[in-house]
Amino acid sequence: MTNSETKKDINLTLKVWRQKGPDVKGKLETYQAKNISTDMSFLEMIDVVNEDLILEGKDPIAFDHDCREGICGMCGCVVDGRAHGPEQGTTLCQLHMRHFSNNDVVVVEPWRSRAFKVIKDLVVDRSPLDKLIQAGGFISANVGGAPDANAIPIPHDTAELSMDAAACIGCGACVASCPNASAMLFVGAKISQLALLPQGKPEAAKRAISMVKTMDELGFGNCTNEAECEADCPKEISITNIARLNREFLKAGLFSTVAK
Amino acid sequence: MPLDAKIPDGPLAEKWEKHRFELKLVNPANKRKYNIIVVGTGLAGGSAAATLAELGYNVKIFCIQDSPRRAHSIAAQGGINAAKNYQNDGDSIWRLFYDTVKGGDFRSREANVYRLAQVSNNIIDQCVAQGVPFARDYGGLLANRSFGGAQVSRTFYARGQTGQQLLLGAYSALSRQIAAKKVEMFTRRDMLDLVLVDGHAKGIIVRNLVTGDIESHAADAVVLATGGYGNAFNLSTNAMSSNVTAAYSAYKKGAYFANPCFTQIHPTCIPVHGDYQSKLTLMSESLRNDGRVWVPKDPKDKRSPGQIPESERDYYLENKYPSFGNLVPRDVASRNAKDQCDMGKGVGETGLAVYLDFEDAIKRDGKDVIEKKYGNLFQMYEKIIDSNPYETPMMIYPAVHYTMGGLWVDYDLMSNLPGLFVLGEANFSDHGANRLGASALMQGLADGYFVIPYTIGGYLVGEGSDKKISIDHPAFKEASEKVKTGIKKLLSIGGKRTVDDFHRELGGILWEYCGMARNDEGLKKAGTMISELRGEFWENVSVSGSGREFNQSLEKAGRVADFLEFGELMVRDAFSRKESCGGHFNEGHQTEENEAKRDDENFSHVAAWEFTGVDSEPALHKEELVFENVELTQRSYK
Repeated sequence: MTNSETKKDINLTLKVWRQKGPDVKGKLETYQAKNISTDMSFLEMIDVVNEDLILEGKDPIAFDHDCREGICGMCGCVVDGRAHGPEQGTTLCQLHMRHFSNNDVVVVEPWRSRAFKVIKDLVVDRSPLDKLIQAGGFISANVGGAPDANAIPIPHDTAELSMDAAACIGCGACVASCPNASAMLFVGAKISQLALLPQGKPEAAKRAISMVKTMDELGFGNCTNEAECEADCPKEISITNIARLNREFLKAGLFSTVAK
Repeated sequence: MPLDAKIPDGPLAEKWEKHRFELKLVNPANKRKYNIIVVGTGLAGGSAAATLAELGYNVKIFCIQDSPRRAHSIAAQGGINAAKNYQNDGDSIWRLFYDTVKGGDFRSREANVYRLAQVSNNIIDQCVAQGVPFARDYGGLLANRSFGGAQVSRTFYARGQTGQQLLLGAYSALSRQIAAKKVEMFTRRDMLDLVLVDGHAKGIIVRNLVTGDIESHAADAVVLATGGYGNAFNLSTNAMSSNVTAAYSAYKKGAYFANPCFTQIHPTCIPVHGDYQSKLTLMSESLRNDGRVWVPKDPKDKRSPGQIPESERDYYLENKYPSFGNLVPRDVASRNAKDQCDMGKGVGETGLAVYLDFEDAIKRDGKDVIEKKYGNLFQMYEKIIDSNPYETPMMIYPAVHYTMGGLWVDYDLMSNLPGLFVLGEANFSDHGANRLGASALMQGLADGYFVIPYTIGGYLVGEGSDKKISIDHPAFKEASEKVKTGIKKLLSIGGKRTVDDFHRELGGILWEYCGMARNDEGLKKAGTMISELRGEFWENVSVSGSGREFNQSLEKAGRVADFLEFGELMVRDAFSRKESCGGHFNEGHQTEENEAKRDDENFSHVAAWEFTGVDSEPALHKEELVFENVELTQRSYK
């Protein structure tokens, strides 16, 4: 039930990063967000600001968003210095304005990383994350040849651990929050999900080597155990997945015949 | 003209087997000579593209989002059905088939549904092989749960994120084919037109959403897997970019649109709370396994839920439908929630909500068990509503969720336009007038992994052969000029109302008159209102920026322009169907107990509409539905 006594409208000052295109210089612009209901989501608040901008004949703020229920991974900005804003384990679309106070000044910036180019305003190019999956984030199982789904029992706890890692939504917050712009949490989550399952084991060594190599090529930095990624991950993916990635990578390097 | 679905002869259980044998094969060496366009990267499109590439075809695939992993299939929560009978509770292919046909209120095509049930088991095998981490029991075997409209446990799930995990499975298979250079991926593209050459689908026109370029792509066949049109209602559980434009552009090129009035209003969504609201959030139907739906018996009872004693609560689903209880199908659950609220028994600030209460389940199983099953859903609810469902009952209300209608397809999933195939939610064939829970994921993957890979070959070496076309063909130039003119027109209006504002008004009209309950008078009125609104749109909409840049306001404007035309088609279809069935409830056609009353004699058909011009009436074609294997009955869940 909505807590009616805390329900109110607030006014905010937004400082939003505006940038026309990838090769143009951007800057922070100031906007007033007025009469914002605290039941709104952060993105609905931007919708309201944008509708006013459109009616004033101005260019609305470009931002990525789609499902607005925290699962597609499309949305995300740095709000007051934190990827997806101040709430733990929350995507930007699920961040509600009740977490802000009247007259707050809120700074909104795009993901910043060498690997992610700004397309416009708050929209960045995250295609390097797709390239990482293409480098090995799959099990090579053509349609048609799969054995019965219950042929290989998988211990309940193993399946759960794998699912914990598989919950990654690929939003890129881990990269944005990391001082090294590392994609280790993203890669670690996929490596873990697949390495934990018996179906993923045949390709585990090849996968680890190929994904790590591609990560370096795409300009992502290295992990220095800052754990900022875990702190800002909207799905609270644990950095133990990075440890597992390191283990899988070492194992592949030391004991497998896969060429590096 | 009657429509021919080209259903193979023979007994139901043998049709698919027989048809697969009769379909012509494409020699493995020849497959690489064929180019196929797939639009959409959800469960249907992603799985189709990956599988076609595995077979050796060259595939180009397109999506609106920045990555194929974000298609709205990802938001499906509850699960996927299959007739594995792992629980030994009496399930079978036949039972899944029967439940689906009955759940669809006998308005789907028997042969398609049976095939769906047959391949359902292969889907689970394939997903496990891909590394989908389905829930498992302690012995390591797959777990199942039950879902609305079924009395067996046949639903496989990965917490409350089944759609996400299945989509990531298809996405990983697709990624592997992209790496192998068998699939070329085009992200941030909006399909704006279909290109026909001699009546065959030979390509598409897309807008590059980053640069604004209008691009032409040619192929030997086009596969649309572009999802449903629920966003016509503005507020729905669909993602913000979900739209009808791709399917509607095919309709305007001559593809028939079937049963557009069959829309599913899902019973368990978070209630609306303000005018600025941009979308509605679904709470998985699986919650009805353990949650009990109730309202206060007395409409004047405004106490908080914890203060209302057991004897003063009306568990209306359990009372009215003792054998299915809280697990009645979606259309029945939604309509009953509306009835309760119409009687003034709704709860919450707006009175447009009912309780979904977990108190008994928590007492019975413990908080831990409930948290394991639904933890992420409870968390999502608490984030949005700021109330803890472990302590206070959830409030839910129906919302637009899925559309059973879609482009008409035959048994091969080909539309009436040769070479245009339509998969997943974008077609119409499997769910009739109401879809059962956990069947959308099943259908998307069935179409993509196990149907299109066979049937498309039959077209390519059959009537579609020796018709190689490139983008130099004048048909491409003509289509892209038309698209450019349309964009220019939108940008030149310079009116006073935003696109969102028009969308809100259209959604309001459809929800009011073409939502959970409809009547002839309201539908007539809605037709006029939408037509007037469309007139105003083209005179008074304000779209900022230019066409040669990243312009989200322009993207939305084009989609809403199509919804405004399409909305009229929905209303027209609803008006012409003088019966009630599934999600289409016409108040003039109901039983004494207020249940949907079908008219099998006159309406046991698919209504497929043919475009004849924006301002002229579409032509109606009928596909008679023949039921040889199930007996048509009044659906009863009592």
